[in-house]
Amino acid sequence: MTTPLLEVAGLTKRFGGLVAVKNLGFAIAAGEILGLIGPNGSGKSTAMKLIMGIERANAGSVRLAGREIVSWPTHRIARAGIGLVFQHSRPLHRQTVLENIKLALLPDSLFHLAAETSVDARARAIGERVGLGAVLDRHPTTLPFADLRRMELAKAIARDPEVVLVDEPFAGLTMAEVESFSALIRSFREEGKAVLLVDHNVKGVAALVDRVLVLYLGERIAEGKAEAVMRDETVRRVYLGGAIETHARAIAPEKSGVALLKVEDLTVFYGKAQALARVALEVHEREFVSVVGLNGAGKSTLFNAISGLVPYSGGINWQGTALAGKTPAAIARGGIAQCPETRELFGDMSVQENLDLGGQRQPPAERADRLAWLYDLFPILKSRSKQLARTLSGGEQQMLAIARALMMNPRLLILDEPTLGLAPVILEQLSKALERLRETTPITVLLGEQNVTFALPHADRVYVLEHARIIWQGPPDRFAAEAGAGYL
Amino acid sequence: MRIVFALVVLLVMASLPFWVSAYILAVLTVAYYFGVFAMAWDLLFGFAGEVNFGPTFLIGLGAYTAGLLDNHGVPVWLDVIAGALAAVIGGLVLALPALRLRGPYFGLITLVAVLVLQQVIVIFAGVTGGEIGLTINDVLSVDPGHNYWLALVFLMVSGVILYSLSRSAAGLILQACGQDAIEAQALGFNVAKHKLAAFAVSALFSGLAGAMLVFYLGTASVDTVVDISVGVQIIIAAVLGGRRTIVGAAIGAVFLIVAGEILRPLGQLNTFVVSAIALAVILFFPDGLVGYLLRRGERA
Repeated sequence: MTTPLLEVAGLTKRFGGLVAVKNLGFAIAAGEILGLIGPNGSGKSTAMKLIMGIERANAGSVRLAGREIVSWPTHRIARAGIGLVFQHSRPLHRQTVLENIKLALLPDSLFHLAAETSVDARARAIGERVGLGAVLDRHPTTLPFADLRRMELAKAIARDPEVVLVDEPFAGLTMAEVESFSALIRSFREEGKAVLLVDHNVKGVAALVDRVLVLYLGERIAEGKAEAVMRDETVRRVYLGGAIETHARAIAPEKSGVALLKVEDLTVFYGKAQALARVALEVHEREFVSVVGLNGAGKSTLFNAISGLVPYSGGINWQGTALAGKTPAAIARGGIAQCPETRELFGDMSVQENLDLGGQRQPPAERADRLAWLYDLFPILKSRSKQLARTLSGGEQQMLAIARALMMNPRLLILDEPTLGLAPVILEQLSKALERLRETTPITVLLGEQNVTFALPHADRVYVLEHARIIWQGPPDRFAAEAGAGYL
Repeated sequence: MRIVFALVVLLVMASLPFWVSAYILAVLTVAYYFGVFAMAWDLLFGFAGEVNFGPTFLIGLGAYTAGLLDNHGVPVWLDVIAGALAAVIGGLVLALPALRLRGPYFGLITLVAVLVLQQVIVIFAGVTGGEIGLTINDVLSVDPGHNYWLALVFLMVSGVILYSLSRSAAGLILQACGQDAIEAQALGFNVAKHKLAAFAVSALFSGLAGAMLVFYLGTASVDTVVDISVGVQIIIAAVLGGRRTIVGAAIGAVFLIVAGEILRPLGQLNTFVVSAIALAVILFFPDGLVGYLLRRGERA
């Protein structure tokens, strides 16, 4: 067996009380592609940053061809032979594509005033190789999204690293583009480089990788061939959950008349990347609707469009009137409260103050009533009411975020991935709270989730979002049979 | 075409002492030194991506070092060199710890540095002349035309050096460091080193220009080379002319000083009108005048 080019052992990173990466270890040999897979918040991006020295590890070792590099600064690690292909970057906009590639070929010198003539030829050759030959003299702002990703790849190739880290190689690309990117990444293997692909799901990279390592809550839960990992029980539980329970209530659309929220033909672009394509969706009064999809599928974009936070084309109707052109504040006052993925709590305010802010627009008597009701719904918040929000645990923060949204007395509560980064025991508490919310109040809920076990039990109806499109919709009890298989 | 235009402008500028009044020459001489201040500042803001709220810290160090040495009988040329060196050393001492900080803290430190320098000058009034200012015995030249040409040559040489630097390979790396420091590091560039070097170069030209300016004015005072408002004017000039263009900064400075002079009859209103114009340009042309023209050129 060949000695591994990159060896990671005991790698640990803590952010305050949160352990983002726990005792992670793996090795990649020359000419091997390893997929580092995990749901959002699993620590895979942190692991990549630790290897690159962008974040400092609390413990552990990273060896490049036998040399310990874990405490080195990023630029030294890069010079030693590790390259990182960023998912998003800010290219030099005043320079051409060629000059952007040339940048990566320059030595780290203050006195290097003019690039050698060979640099130009090499930059051109690399540009041709990644398929940018025709656009070398254009400015990055005029390029389509896929070409910008190609440029990032070109910069990594220019450094000629022995180890290449690729962050979500296929996010936002079309099928044809995925093909040509896969070919480029395969060429790394043929050149004897060690490649680490970081991605959300196994399916996307299965054809490309030699081995897969699955991370969940900072820990390795499985490692092996892609097919074996996809069959792995623990992995299935993380992505699909264990036994899926469903409790759909029959709320027939015809009974409730006009849909509370009706989304038609919704399309959103971020610059050149398409985030949503002709999405249609309905939510009726008192209904609990779940939108499930992996990260990057477009869930947050959908919710942000409803809340008026991103520009879109198509129609979003709230109780029969179009929301287009209304400010996010007006939409929120109209009765749509979003509880974003990032929670957006006021960290330096107490639990009580956060809740009071949520209830700003309510009459004082009603505010007090709601507060009492919410403290009853989330008893833990009552005992923490004087504590600063940022000192709460992840689960408590999530409950606070939901409670704050409920303080606004919304008609529609949008929950964007409430389970993000939470431990299973917390999920259960959260699930119970949602259950009570559903049974005891007339509230309408739109839930976005990656975790199907969490999303399905409460749902009356389910939509599956994949690559910016709704690919399935139906009652939750049919999900496992009809849509579950394609979900890993 | 552009070169011909630039040459004609340069010829007109160089010929001014033959046909305009000494008063106009005096205004332009000061404006040219301000042009160097603004270009040096643009190297930091436009390329290294760091907002230096205290350009006058560097300028003041250069100016006062040169002035004080002159009062001790050191020859003028040595005073100017010493002033530039003092600015570089002072700048590095400030930037070394400040560049470790993230976000707005670098800017805040540079701002505080100006206040500290101002206080030091006032406290040691016996040596520095305090609030009244430091009278300087030597001058660069008594002839307004010579002074003008000196300032013009200095502006041109500084401009060529700073512009070439910004367009060089090292300048490309500096821009990358300013725009996306993490990616620049992942490409193997020592971001701290490049930013520090940019700060040193910016300090060198600021100090040099500050030192020469006091020998032109015959005095060094807090109000002309240290005060925060002078720094603000330099910043406005650079942004007005166009970020990341170097040349634009110089044009912005000349515009600001000349406009201030032309509008002087307005009295108190003068500063208001100039500030309003600057505000309007920044609001409607955030790329600045030169930046706007360049963009239009790119599209065409």
